[in-house]
Amino acid sequence: MSAASAVVEHDLRTNSGDIAARIFAFARFVRASGLPIGISENVDAARVAEICGVTDSERLRWGLRSLFCKTRDDWERFDELFDRFWSTDQPRTKVAVIEGRGRGIRGAGTDRDAGGTAVNEAADGLAAGSGTAQSGASAREGIAHQDFRHFTQAEELRALAALVERLAMRMRRRAMNRLKISKSGRRLDFRTTIRRSLAYGGVPLKPAFRLHKRRQPKLVLLLDVSGSMNLYSMLFLRFARAVTRAFDRVEVFLFHTSLVRVTEALAERSIDRMKQSMEVISAGWAGGTRIGASIAELNERYAARVLSGQPIVIVVSDGLDTGPPAQLTQELRELRRRARRLVWLNPLLGREGYAPSAKGMSAALPYLDAFLPAHNLASLEALEPYLVSL
Amino acid sequence: MQDFAEIQARFEAAGYITEHGLALAVGLADELRRPLLIEGEAGVGKTAVAKAMADAFGRVLIRLQCYEGLDINSAVYEWNYQRQLMTIKLYENEHHSPQEVQHEIFSEDYLLKRPLLRAICMSEAPVLLIDEIDRADEEFEAYLLEVLSDYQISVPELGTITAISKPCVILTSNATRELSDALRRRCLYYYLPFPSYEKELRIVTIRVPEVSRKLACQVVSFVQSLRTQDLRKKPGIAETLDWTAALLGLRISSLDDDPEKVAQSLMCLLKTRQDQMAADAETVQRLIAQSVAAADASAQ
Repeated sequence: MSAASAVVEHDLRTNSGDIAARIFAFARFVRASGLPIGISENVDAARVAEICGVTDSERLRWGLRSLFCKTRDDWERFDELFDRFWSTDQPRTKVAVIEGRGRGIRGAGTDRDAGGTAVNEAADGLAAGSGTAQSGASAREGIAHQDFRHFTQAEELRALAALVERLAMRMRRRAMNRLKISKSGRRLDFRTTIRRSLAYGGVPLKPAFRLHKRRQPKLVLLLDVSGSMNLYSMLFLRFARAVTRAFDRVEVFLFHTSLVRVTEALAERSIDRMKQSMEVISAGWAGGTRIGASIAELNERYAARVLSGQPIVIVVSDGLDTGPPAQLTQELRELRRRARRLVWLNPLLGREGYAPSAKGMSAALPYLDAFLPAHNLASLEALEPYLVSL
Repeated sequence: MQDFAEIQARFEAAGYITEHGLALAVGLADELRRPLLIEGEAGVGKTAVAKAMADAFGRVLIRLQCYEGLDINSAVYEWNYQRQLMTIKLYENEHHSPQEVQHEIFSEDYLLKRPLLRAICMSEAPVLLIDEIDRADEEFEAYLLEVLSDYQISVPELGTITAISKPCVILTSNATRELSDALRRRCLYYYLPFPSYEKELRIVTIRVPEVSRKLACQVVSFVQSLRTQDLRKKPGIAETLDWTAALLGLRISSLDDDPEKVAQSLMCLLKTRQDQMAADAETVQRLIAQSVAAADASAQ
């Protein structure tokens, strides 16, 4: 740092005539490297230089850092930018222009109503990311409606997983907008106000208010991670993870031959740690799918904590059950009793010629409020009403 | 032009140890009259910056604690309904025109000023602390942006109230929600990390003057290495101070005196069950041994 500082001081002293120009050039350089420098920053930069004095480069560094940085990421990159600009040894090239994430998303968020659905936007992103030659609408159409199992390249899958997460975040934004409207419903409760006023000779000294508040319903997600769901499990896990973060009250379970609660593991910030926790949790599972037994476990062990307050329960499974159908029927009836809504998502439902004829699936049908496909982005987005409505 | 070394010294006099960079940021926020957004993990002393700033500059501190559902009524202003009703009732028997009554009850006397309006109406610029802005709704954030750019608030019945003197605004955020770009761009920014060993040691010795230098070194070194562990909630500075006070209360003069008591007193630092389980006896002993050794080394 000291070497660079010396250079700054030298640079500034020898060019004292046009300090303002040098600072301005630095602002342009920083801007080119992806920090959001606007006009007001440029104006203030000159004042910062004046206030901090240009003879002490560390002070200038700290001053400009507070002015130019707007997020922690910016903060962590600033020192390098500063050193690179003021040092003459290194070529003044841009430092790692931020790629499409971060600011791009936030920017897109502000004009989210400008056109198209989340899926369309998301699909656009994927089309651009994977370098598809097709143009806008048709590519987007293709991706939104393509079955997840047709995405085979690791790269495509990663991009898709990211899209699925973004989709969940978008849903939350909209949910929040709806909640806001209800929050402003602060109305005078006339009846109580008049009643209370009796004590003061008819003067309503203590007005009563009614707070009209809607709460988001609780969500319980049950994900089938058996071998037959192999193609879809990881995607749904990512979706569940994003939903956990985006919504307040979500519980997530995985099942296979038995049931495990993974809400906490999903809340891990880093994906690596999440995977680690998942591996520990799901170690030692044998083949086969016992949906009935798994739901029985939910009903028995988690009923009080998880199933209280009329949650919306979403089961994601292909319905290929190796357990007795009678058990599944019974447990679903029990679950249905506690749930506000019971939704079953079946990735197979989107395939042509599929009929829910598997024993387990047909046994489950009478107890479901909705039986929906979940094999592409469009079908995931169609879930939104179930996540946010009452 | 402010002398930043002096700001730093005054902060120190107010009991807040700070880096040059932060003192400079505070000075700039004051000079440029731009809000200062401070981010950092819980417990690094973000809120305390505003308090220290108010003390150091001899200004009034007005605090607005944000929470989900915070609305204009509790952040900006509200009419004093009770008084208004009372006045209407009293005026009933006298002969006043409805216009007169209306004029009376929507005058400034009947306005309850909440923090934002209060900050704007002060004749001498106060320090306005908007704490945990990330907890407020996006709706409120947008409103705040308007206030922070013009420093004026309009009350429909009264007209627009413009700031007599622009307050120094400090916003803090724990990053539980992404703040809007627009708000960020209005602000100066400072990222406050956990304190370094030297800084935390100075904080402990200043805030808990009774503590011996040896114990202070041990405590700080222990907490510093605890923060590098894989914890859900890392202990902040307040926790360090609490723990130091607790150890003094237990009459412990060195961490290796009474390992059992020390282990029990860790509840001052570890605030979740998972963290308490993660810090098993073996880990704690190892950390104690390390910090005792480190403290001895630094004493020599």
